Amino acid sequence: MRSLRAAILIACVLAGWEALFWFAGSSALTSPLDTIAYLGELLSSPRFYPHLIETAQAFAVALGIAISCGILIGFTLGLYRFAADVSEPVLVALYSIPKLALYPIVLLAFGIGMPAKIAFGAIHGIMPIAIFALGAVRNLNPVYLKAARVMRLTPSRIAARVLLPAAIPEIFTGIRIGFSLTLIGTLLGEMFASQRGLGYLLIQAIGLHNVRMIMALTLLLVVIAVTASALLLAVDRRLRRHMFGGS
Amino acid sequence: MTPVHVALRGVTRVFPATAAQREVKALGPIDLELRTAEFFVVVGPSGCGKSTLLEIIAGLSTATTGTVMLEGRPVAGEVPEGIGVVFQEDASFPWLNVTDNIAFGLRQTALDKAEIERRVGHALRLMGLTEFAAAYPVQLSGGMRQRVCLARTLVQRPRVILLDEPFGALDQQTRFLMGDELLRLWRESGATVMLITHSLDEAAMLGDRIGVMSARPGRMLEIIETGWGEERGSRVVATPRFGEITARLWELLRDESQRAMTGAP
Amino acid sequence: MTPGRVRFALAAALVLLLEGLSRFGFIDRFAMIPPSEILWHLGKILSSGEMWPAIVKTLSNVAVACVAAIIVGVILGTLIHAWRSLRETLDPLFAAYYAIPVYAFYPLFIVIFGLGDFPQVLIGFMLGLVAVIVNTLNGLDRVPRVLIKTARIQRLGPLATALKVTLPYAVPYIFTGIKLAVAYSFIGVIGAELIMSRTGLGYEIGYAYNSFDNAVMYPLIVFVLTVAASVNTMFFLWEKKMLARRRK
Repeated sequence: MRSLRAAILIACVLAGWEALFWFAGSSALTSPLDTIAYLGELLSSPRFYPHLIETAQAFAVALGIAISCGILIGFTLGLYRFAADVSEPVLVALYSIPKLALYPIVLLAFGIGMPAKIAFGAIHGIMPIAIFALGAVRNLNPVYLKAARVMRLTPSRIAARVLLPAAIPEIFTGIRIGFSLTLIGTLLGEMFASQRGLGYLLIQAIGLHNVRMIMALTLLLVVIAVTASALLLAVDRRLRRHMFGGS
Repeated sequence: MTPVHVALRGVTRVFPATAAQREVKALGPIDLELRTAEFFVVVGPSGCGKSTLLEIIAGLSTATTGTVMLEGRPVAGEVPEGIGVVFQEDASFPWLNVTDNIAFGLRQTALDKAEIERRVGHALRLMGLTEFAAAYPVQLSGGMRQRVCLARTLVQRPRVILLDEPFGALDQQTRFLMGDELLRLWRESGATVMLITHSLDEAAMLGDRIGVMSARPGRMLEIIETGWGEERGSRVVATPRFGEITARLWELLRDESQRAMTGAP
Repeated sequence: MTPGRVRFALAAALVLLLEGLSRFGFIDRFAMIPPSEILWHLGKILSSGEMWPAIVKTLSNVAVACVAAIIVGVILGTLIHAWRSLRETLDPLFAAYYAIPVYAFYPLFIVIFGLGDFPQVLIGFMLGLVAVIVNTLNGLDRVPRVLIKTARIQRLGPLATALKVTLPYAVPYIFTGIKLAVAYSFIGVIGAELIMSRTGLGYEIGYAYNSFDNAVMYPLIVFVLTVAASVNTMFFLWEKKMLARRRK
């Protein structure tokens, strides 16, 4: 049933796309078929791959940083009430500001190239992960904590053996969101701070008004993003079912 | 004269005023002694501080005034060794299966694996959970999850077992049967047991003594000696003595419950 | 030693540190100018009025995008919630939405809608919309069944139920979506301006960056961040007040 629905959704999107193409003309976009064909060309061209690898590497590192720092920050704040009271409004404010505005500062700090991209990606992803990790600690069922105290566990044991496993479903939701945001952050970083990578290709194409390239790249990114998201969503559901049953 | 296991003197719990609410006198003053190996039941109207009392005895919270002594040593701030608690809410860890849940506390100690296995196996048989040993809490009913929590508490061989309305979520018939089980476990463990319940029937048929608390701030109104010997639990429900005890409990609690319901001082 | 005071102290310490580092040359003037100068230049820019058209344009675009995203988002969220199979189809799309480079559609919008403000507003709107929808769905999910049954017994129709029972209950969760919509509207509009516009704060910041004009760039960045943070903090405090009434 689910794959049928997905197929219907994709069909609707393709139909809408085709209609839009028909309406707006080929100076604005390319038709679905053309786009897929061009993307195929790109993927089989050896000059394209270095860009793909570049983006993938930057993204992987940025995500790793975002996850580890995000969980660390979230847990620390969750466990130390006062620190959380001080920092939460700051976190909320940081999450909400257009980090794009910080981008010149990041560039000036890191220079052009990989570090800047990674920084940008990590900055985008760290917030939701930290916020969800903090929430996971807060929402920890207090009875687990009491039971652990009655069993005379030390605080570090409690954190590792009770808090962490109990928090995993919620942290994972944060990671899901952080994944998407880190991806977009890395791409944005590439758009402005790099001579390589998918983001760079994209901004080039925008500048040259190379519609085929824009569409093909966007399609590639959308497919990657949606697939990864769907996978993470499936894992998320399985985690929750394992712990909480039902749906 | 049986020795005193747990002694409370002048214990009160006051929650200080915050921006959101006035100061709350939750409990006290309470003077109470639990005799070694006895089965003590606490009843009282809603909000009288029964759970707070339990948490103070367990060392989970600290009394505002007064002292708590366990085996002659003071209890304050942290949970002393030898105490087991079964909470009202289900405290079984959803990410572990039944066996791992029961073994959890033991695995945090230096106990060797063979001994842990032995004790866990024994607890599984005792609580009738052997066929669910590999199941996860999410697959079990509420009653079974409480049994897991009970098992987890028992394997640690506590000398004092505190239970906060452990059967609160269960239906009446199951509660009767669980009461009998509790008695069986009490006898086998030899521990001092304090049970909090809002069911007068349960109190009347299980305890050696019943402490009746007043409405908030809870004090001990009266302690009733039931006089039960070996024969108690669901088997004494039809006896005249049971009727006397429940009548006395209701007499004491009727006004207090009214007070708790209307919030009148 | 309240949280507020600690926050203030930490912020002040950070600013002083930056001030010291830049004045004594540890931070290159090329990279950053001292905070005191940033503020001074900001004052100059605001009072001279030359940036006001850009500021007004950007902020009004953000406001339009945000309000539209909220209203349309709540309505769509409510409708999607009522139609189960549609929701299940769209769920993966919502989950993946924020990885999609929406900016790539910007040239497309310009071709279709022309060079005015609309493409940027549309981008801001599109970014904020899904956040509102997702959080509206989440909030409506959490309405206890018993409230819905009560509405049925009172014989309220679907519209009345939504307006009087379920949406009011879901408001705190919708608020999360609103805060996100504010953030995303800023990001969408300013980002679009940075990429391809000739007007607006995003463009001005990009221009200043490219001309190495730190005396304009930093003040504008600070301005944007301050406005965004303030709006969000306002919503945050409002939400807190609402939640305080609900929780024990």
